[in-house]
Amino acid sequence: MRVLLAAVSILSMLVTGALGAERTWPGQCVADRQEMRRNHMDLLMHTRDATVRQGVRPAGRGLDGCVTCHAVKDERGVPVTVADERHFCNSCHISAAVRIDCFSCHSSLPGGAR
Amino acid sequence: MTACPSRRALLAGAATTLLAPGWLLVAAQAAVPTGRRWGLLIDTSKCTAGCDACVRACAAEYGWGDATQVRSDQAPRWIRKVEAKDPRSGAVKSLPVMCQHCAKPPCVDVCPTGASFKRADGIVLVDRHVCIGCRFCMMACPFGARSFVHEAVTGQRASAPRGMGTVEACHLCVGRVDAGLLPVCLEACRSEGRAAILFGDLNDPDSAIARRIAEIAPARLRPDLRVEPGVHYGGL
Amino acid sequence: MAGPRIRFTTLDTGRPHLRAAALVLGVVILAALGAAFLMEHHGHAITGMNNTVVWGLPHVFAIFLIVAASGALNVASMASVFGRTVYKPLAPLSGLLAMALLAGGLFVLVLDLGRPDRLTVALTHVNPTSIFAWNVILYSGFFALVAAYLWALLDRRVGRHAGTIGLAAFIWRLVLTTGTGSIFGFLAARDVYHSAVMAPLFIAMSLSFGLAVFLLVLFALHGRDGMGDALIGRLGRLQALFVAVVLYFVVVQHLTGLYTARGAEVERFLLGGPWAPAFWLGQILIGTLAPLVLLLVPPFSRAPQYVPIAAALVAVGGWFQVYALVIGGQSLPLTLLPGLDVTSEVPAAYAPSLPEALLGLGGVAVALALVVAGCAVLRVLPRGLVDETASGEG
Repeated sequence: MRVLLAAVSILSMLVTGALGAERTWPGQCVADRQEMRRNHMDLLMHTRDATVRQGVRPAGRGLDGCVTCHAVKDERGVPVTVADERHFCNSCHISAAVRIDCFSCHSSLPGGAR
Repeated sequence: MTACPSRRALLAGAATTLLAPGWLLVAAQAAVPTGRRWGLLIDTSKCTAGCDACVRACAAEYGWGDATQVRSDQAPRWIRKVEAKDPRSGAVKSLPVMCQHCAKPPCVDVCPTGASFKRADGIVLVDRHVCIGCRFCMMACPFGARSFVHEAVTGQRASAPRGMGTVEACHLCVGRVDAGLLPVCLEACRSEGRAAILFGDLNDPDSAIARRIAEIAPARLRPDLRVEPGVHYGGL
Repeated sequence: MAGPRIRFTTLDTGRPHLRAAALVLGVVILAALGAAFLMEHHGHAITGMNNTVVWGLPHVFAIFLIVAASGALNVASMASVFGRTVYKPLAPLSGLLAMALLAGGLFVLVLDLGRPDRLTVALTHVNPTSIFAWNVILYSGFFALVAAYLWALLDRRVGRHAGTIGLAAFIWRLVLTTGTGSIFGFLAARDVYHSAVMAPLFIAMSLSFGLAVFLLVLFALHGRDGMGDALIGRLGRLQALFVAVVLYFVVVQHLTGLYTARGAEVERFLLGGPWAPAFWLGQILIGTLAPLVLLLVPPFSRAPQYVPIAAALVAVGGWFQVYALVIGGQSLPLTLLPGLDVTSEVPAAYAPSLPEALLGLGGVAVALALVVAGCAVLRVLPRGLVDETASGEG
């Protein structure tokens, strides 16, 4: 059982490593849905620290990239802000009752929009 | 019969191994190279009391000039114009003052959480994810470069996150600089026809700024404090 | 050791004035929490603090409370560390008061933060070069040490350790107060603060303010009855000594400034500028000269009823001293271009606001509430402070 687990892990590392090198944005997910649901907070924190402290800015991986790809539009086709319950992050965070701190500073609208 | 790993341990282990290559990739992308030190050289002989193009450009780019209902003493100020007079000759000087991006920043020494830090390329920043808003760095800064966000901010630029309760200051247009662009104050000054601001790598002896500094030996603010600012002022 | 054994009791919670006092304290604390909520919701825009005077009324209260906290422990230290057994009955109350005052000060400091929700960040991200971060560690350690000290004082089974723990607490508080003073003294940017005198000045202030607050609390909770005149006289003279030591450091601080050409400009601002009334009226007249007269000049010095009055004056004057230091020091414009007249940088105006005052008073109320609650639960109040005990060693 353990040997199988180790093999799967190593294999997946190779696979995702290879995929990661060619990942483009927009249009391709950072990781699959379940993984992001579990780990997006860690990914955000890590990318955040790398960007702020070391100036690493992978294309499309900033918070603006997430917000742009996951933008939810209202009836008029205008993206909604986090004040609206239809905002992508709110779709889980409201029911999970976890306060999001990001948008007290970051814009919750796709890049450029005010 | 050996015990199977608990489900939690399994998930944690799986998540780590699956994400690890992604994390490694993020880290492997070029971090800011060491050895470089960004700085400014400002020719104050080209500054006049009536001109604040650099201030307006910075405020417009980063949105700190947007708020209309703010008290003047609480208004954000990343850069300001300072007017001075020589008491004996009556000669007036005008110069823009912003975060000096010191080599030995007092604000970095005093920050209790380490939110105030100096990047490898010399840019001094506030990590506003970690800032608790104690304002001690504002007490420690000899140049009054930092300001505190006194009220809630809305409508932030995507490139300029800023929010209530944290401290902010000029970040030498770090996002633009990382993308190979120039600071907006410099470009605004150029558009005004004055071109008083020069930006570049102080540690590169062949850069325009390093050569000009070697040529004119400009002053820096409060050299007696020995904080080694990265901003130089010619014509003072 | 001569004299009858001292009995310790808890506070009689049936006293009528106590109910009224508890009610008042509760109202003030609620008002402070309300002010903190408003500040957190609307931001510091509703306060008088700005980008130049970044620390205002809340910090004046907080620094006063923290400095007094360290000094309040001194009464116990005199007993345990310096062998003055005459103060031994007062030691437990002194320890309790020290913790309560520190808690009140920290209450104000934490609630004034721009992001108080990030307190856990502050506790987990510690910058080792930050004097502020050192202070956070010192404050936490102070609570732990004084709690252990109080335990040793109250529990006879561990009482033999009181001397050792008392010494550790004494040294810790000296480091803590030095650290608090150095928060200002280490700032090279500020002409008013950057001085080696800040640390010893704060030590002296802690001795004076701490004893003054202790005396006020002692007289309020224990009452005049059952306190021998000799003990009161002793405490009064000690207070006078501490006031004089503070005056010494203040004189040295200002004389040093006045002596040089550059320093004279700073002193002109401090002694003759907008914060001059706080200095001359508050700090010197109310806080120094009046108490010295009441404590040392006959016929006042022979009447024990003037000791609590003098203590109150010292506390009020001490608050003004912190006010003039914290606010006035920040208001002085930064020197950007020495030798030039920088016309665009003027002394910053500061007007305290109601939320700040409520928050600061809330800190005082929290401290007093904790003392009252502590006295009701723990046996820290001495009974039988008659002069036989004052005739003991020391």
